[in-house]
Amino acid sequence: MRVTATINGELMHADDVWEGESLLYILRERLGLPGSKNACEQGECGSCTVYLDGVAVCACLVAAGQAQGREVVTVEGLASGGELHPVQEAFMRAGAVQCGFCTPGLIVATHDLLRRVPHPTDLEIREALAGNLCRCTGYEKIIAAVRLAASGRTGNAE
Amino acid sequence: MDFIQPTSWADALAVKAERPAAVPVAGGTDLMVELNFDARRPDALLDLTKIGELAQWDISDGRVRLGAGVSYTRIITELGGTLPGLAMAARTVGSPQIRNRGTVGGNLGTASPAGDAHPPLLAARSDIEVASVRGTRLIGVEEFFTGVKRNAMEPDELIAAVHIPLPSGPEQFSKIGTRNAMVIAVAAFSLALHPEQRAVGTGIGSAAPTPRPAPAAEQFLAAALTDAGLWESRAELPPAIAAQFGEMVRAAAAPIDDVRGSAAYRLHALAVMARRTLAWAWQQYRGSAAHGDGG
Repeated sequence: MRVTATINGELMHADDVWEGESLLYILRERLGLPGSKNACEQGECGSCTVYLDGVAVCACLVAAGQAQGREVVTVEGLASGGELHPVQEAFMRAGAVQCGFCTPGLIVATHDLLRRVPHPTDLEIREALAGNLCRCTGYEKIIAAVRLAASGRTGNAE
Repeated sequence: MDFIQPTSWADALAVKAERPAAVPVAGGTDLMVELNFDARRPDALLDLTKIGELAQWDISDGRVRLGAGVSYTRIITELGGTLPGLAMAARTVGSPQIRNRGTVGGNLGTASPAGDAHPPLLAARSDIEVASVRGTRLIGVEEFFTGVKRNAMEPDELIAAVHIPLPSGPEQFSKIGTRNAMVIAVAAFSLALHPEQRAVGTGIGSAAPTPRPAPAAEQFLAAALTDAGLWESRAELPPAIAAQFGEMVRAAAAPIDDVRGSAAYRLHALAVMARRTLAWAWQQYRGSAAHGDGG
């Protein structure tokens, strides 16, 4: 089947989609958007977090057909022009990236948190990132990156 | 495999009547895992996410009619004060991403003994509204679960909504897992005090082949509160009553040993959770009198 959705502001079509495929699969394998990572395929790790109609979801648990006619924003859609989004900048500055595999999902989850709660407490940060697993950094740098992004002192304008 | 995407409830019911093997999907948090891991190859997926009315809730005649497609996140943000027991359970579901997609309708359709929504629905004495082209019927939640991952629905039926009576007293929920997020319950327990009916509601999760209430414990506690005049006096709860209630909840369970925990642990945990949730709820009940809101 064909799936048509607005992805990062652009109307895109994926063809020859198998009906049981996930949104993550079509993003990565059919639409050339490998930023969302494929790790657990069961919603446990958050590495594939994207926005579906403005709601943060695991792309691996969305059936491709459920994205039909919807609006998807992936980690590739957060930067504008050549400028990184302040959340991305904060992750770099805080050293919150090691192997980088969990980073795209954490960036989207953090972006979603700060949009809802611009100045989160540490407890709110931990709760918001509870669905994103990192096996390298031990989370301290990640939480520091969220605090930095929330402080607005990353050097980039929002 | 076919992907069928009706845009009206009538169309969805017509599809289900014609193709009873079509598997309904909403948030996909259970079903997509099975597809991703090649564990299931249904003949057709019946996507319910384009049916707007499934994602609505309203209140009438003292009940919340919660559409089967309302996400856990929306239950927390929109109904946290109205249905505190269900909202507490909703906060323990998965992660933000999972709560954004997962629905009570999906929880009921899967009918896992560990489904987080089930204990509070039992304690609140909810009814499940199921529908087919033949009509609509309400199934009491106690009769809804018929076995491990089995429910009382006919092959041509879909879950439309859950009817949850507005609470007349405090509700509490407790769940045990290895961490706060992303856990399937090792054991869970819900308690609702129903002061208007002088009754008590309970729900046990992950400690029997199905979610189930503890009717003997409910009757014991309601009678003990009545006999001691505690519904009216709101005096301190005698520890012996709480301990006995915990033991009777434990006696209502029938857990197994599995990867998440042993049967013995689950039984112990249930007695503790029953006692604790009662202490929390009773504290709330006593406090609510001081504020003069009657319950």
